[in-house]
Amino acid sequence: MPPDIRASADIRASADIEAIAEQVFTALADPTRRAILAALASQGPVTATDLAARLPITRQAIAKHLALLAEAGLVTAEPGERRRVRYRLRSVPMQVAQQFLAVLARDWDGPLGALKEHLDRGA
Amino acid sequence: MGFPDHIKRTVELAHPPAKVWAALTTAEGLGAWFGDVATIDLRPGGGAQLRWTGGYRVDMRVERVEEPAVFGFTWQLHELSEDDPRRTYVEFTLEPSGTGTRLTVIETGFAQLPEDTYRKAFDGHTEGWRRELGEMTAHLDAA
Repeated sequence: MPPDIRASADIRASADIEAIAEQVFTALADPTRRAILAALASQGPVTATDLAARLPITRQAIAKHLALLAEAGLVTAEPGERRRVRYRLRSVPMQVAQQFLAVLARDWDGPLGALKEHLDRGA
Repeated sequence: MGFPDHIKRTVELAHPPAKVWAALTTAEGLGAWFGDVATIDLRPGGGAQLRWTGGYRVDMRVERVEEPAVFGFTWQLHELSEDDPRRTYVEFTLEPSGTGTRLTVIETGFAQLPEDTYRKAFDGHTEGWRRELGEMTAHLDAA
């Protein structure tokens, strides 16, 4: 069965979602932050020191990027053993951004332009 | 713009609905503007397929056939695996407009995307854009 068409979205929720997506794309625009997210995705929760050992950047730079990622909701800090804070990937904002990407990738303007051309050519 | 669960586009076409209907619902029509080659079994539940040069392919399932006013189908989000059951729904509505047709296309269902495949989706869309824009340019140049 065709899914229902949601004719109108809640304006305020939409604005929040736009803001989340913008933060995600800002976070992903930096190669170091992508590397940090990739490390968290493949290796699970790790400390900033672990990340600094695995990536070619200083612990200070890692801390700065982790703060931005935490601000965007993409990582959460959790207390680990001996007061070592571990960072965990949080995928919820990614899902929001993913929906924007999916919509952008469905390009109807191109095909509809091609349809118009096709009909005009055949006339 | 709100949260994008759906895409909606409307175009005014200078051709009667019957002609637009044929372009949307026949293998010849679909193959001329949408894919490079198309097949379609035009009945609810029937299969359809679009193929492009380079091997890209999309399978569709015909959902609504109300000639010459409504044509609907479901198809896959191409970042999902082949056996994933999730689909978006595409519906074309044809309304007479003077001597031509007002064609509306609405695609819904993006909000159902999975939570665990963001990187695959990101890479897939990046690659998809590159490929499709290249092919569209080639198509328009050849026309």
